Amino acid sequence: MKQIFEALEKDARLTPKQISTMTGISAAEVEKTIKKAEKDRAILKYKTVIDWAKLGEEQVWALVEVKVVPQRDVGFDAIAERIYRFPQARSVYLASGTYDLAILVAGKTMQDIAVFVSEKLAPLDTVQGTVTHFILKKYKEDGEILEGGEEIKRLPVTP
Amino acid sequence: MPKTGSSHIKIPRKHISQKVSNVSPSGIRKFFDLLSSMEGVISLGVGEPDFITPYHIREAAIYSLEKGYTMYTSNYGLPQLRQELAKYLESCYGLSYDPDSELLITVGVSEGLDLALRAILDPGDEVIMPDPCYVAYPSCTTLAGGIAISIPTTEENSFEIKAQDIEPRITERTKAILIGYPANPTGAVMPKEELIQIAQLAQQHNLLVISDEVYGQLVYGVEHTCLASLPRMKEHTILLNGFSKAYAMTGWRVGYAAAKREIVEAMTKIHQYTILCAPIMGQMAALEALKKGDSEVEAMVREYDCRRRVMVKGLRDIGLSCFEPKGAFYAFPSIKITGMTSEEFAEKLLIEEKVAVVPGSAFGHYGEGYVRCCYATSLPEIEEALKRMGRFIERHRFQH
Repeated sequence: MKQIFEALEKDARLTPKQISTMTGISAAEVEKTIKKAEKDRAILKYKTVIDWAKLGEEQVWALVEVKVVPQRDVGFDAIAERIYRFPQARSVYLASGTYDLAILVAGKTMQDIAVFVSEKLAPLDTVQGTVTHFILKKYKEDGEILEGGEEIKRLPVTP
Repeated sequence: MPKTGSSHIKIPRKHISQKVSNVSPSGIRKFFDLLSSMEGVISLGVGEPDFITPYHIREAAIYSLEKGYTMYTSNYGLPQLRQELAKYLESCYGLSYDPDSELLITVGVSEGLDLALRAILDPGDEVIMPDPCYVAYPSCTTLAGGIAISIPTTEENSFEIKAQDIEPRITERTKAILIGYPANPTGAVMPKEELIQIAQLAQQHNLLVISDEVYGQLVYGVEHTCLASLPRMKEHTILLNGFSKAYAMTGWRVGYAAAKREIVEAMTKIHQYTILCAPIMGQMAALEALKKGDSEVEAMVREYDCRRRVMVKGLRDIGLSCFEPKGAFYAFPSIKITGMTSEEFAEKLLIEEKVAVVPGSAFGHYGEGYVRCCYATSLPEIEEALKRMGRFIERHRFQH
C-alpha cells in the first residue's frame, strides 16, 4: 500500500488506473485506499509546487522564530493553536533549540509580514519574543531545485 | 624472394587485422547518426539508468579530488575498495573472496569480460553463450581468439538458457559458458533451479562459467541467485559485476571480477599491461556507493518496477506480445505481428513516430522479431512513447 502513497506524493495527478498499472494493485483497491486515506486525513490535500518568481508574481516568505512560555496542562499546544489559525502562518512547527516555534509566514509584501508579526504574533500573551528571517532566495522547494537543476545527458542509443 | 624495403615497390598490406575485420560493428549504434539529426525523439534505445549518480557518491569523488587522490592505484584496485567488496559479497551471497588475491577492480564489466576471455582462451577454444545476448559476448570472444557457440533461447522458455541445450554442444574445445542474467536485452532472470543444473554441468565437464551479473541488484519480485554462491561453484565461476547499473554510475567505468586466485592473477597480468588500473576517482566513488548507497538502490529499483509495469502493460495493450521481464530495465516485445524484420521495425518507427528502440537482431539471430525497449526513462516519456507505438502498430499490423 505504501507504493500508492509514494506514487501520489511524487505526482498528485495520477489516476487510480495509472497507479494500478504502476503498482500491480487493482484499480478498485487503489481507489478504496486513497478514499480511506483522504477520510482519515492521512492525505491532507493535493497541491502544486509553483515557482511564483518565474511567473513574475512577487511573494514574500519569512521564517519566524518564536519563543513562548509553555502553559500548565497544555504545554505548547494552546499557543501553537492560537498561531496556526492565522492563515498567514503557512507552516507551524515545534522545534528544539534556542526557540520554541518555527513559523513559515507568507505575504504579498514585506509590510504584510511585518504587520502580522508586530500586530498579531508578538502581542500574544505567552509570546516572549520573535526573530524574523526574510527569505531572500529559494533554491530548492519540496525536493525540487528551482534553477539550474540537473539535466540527463544520455546518448540516445547505447548497448 | 620477397622484395625488401629498399626496392620502393609497395607490397599490398592490409592495415586492419583479419581478426578485427571479422567482427561486425555493434548493430546497436546503427541508428545513431539518423537519430542525432532528428528532434523530438523519445529514446527507449538506451542501455543505462536515467538517474544521475546519487549526490553523496559524486560528492565523495569531488572530496577525494580535493584531497589529491589523482594517482594510480594498485593494479588490483584500491585496497579499501576490495575489502569493502569482499564484505559486500559475503553479506549478500555468503561468498568469501580474499580481497588481496581473488578480486580485481576493472574498468567496468566490459573490461572484466575482455580480461576473463583473454585470460582463459587459446585460439579455437569455444565459449557457449545464449542467443540473444549482450552485444559484446560473441565479439569479445572472437577478439580473444575464441569461437562463440550460441544456444538459442526463446520466449517460450522465458529466454532462459537450459543445461540440456548446452550439454550436446560441449566439445573438447569448450572452455567456458558465458551467461548474463538478469539479461540484457530480454530482462530474463534465471531461476535458481536452472542455475543449479548449469552449475552441475560445469562441474561434470570441468568448465568455467563467466557470469555477468551487472543487473543482479535490479530484480522485481524475484531473487537474483549469484552463480558463484552455489555449492562448489566459486572454483568454476568468474563473477563479473560493477556499479554502472545499480548505482547509476555508467560513466565512472568501475566494475570488478571475482574468481579463484589463479584466474584473477591471469586477468591481472593482462590488466596491468593494458589498463594498469581503473581510474581512482571512479574507485573512490564506488567505495562510497558500496558503503552508503543501499537506500538509493532500493529507491531506484522501486521506481524501475513501476515503470516496468507501465511499459509491459502498455506494450500488451497496443497488441504486442511481451514476455514479462523480471530484471534489468528492458522489455523485449515481439513485433512479429507486423511482419517486419526488427531492423525495419526500428527504422520505420523512428522515422514515422520518432521513437527509438533497438532491433532484437542486434543481440543475435534469435533476437530477430523482437525489439528492446528500455524503461529507464521517465513515466511521462514512456507513456508518450507507448502512444506513438500504438499508432504505429495500428497502421502496420495487418499489412503483411
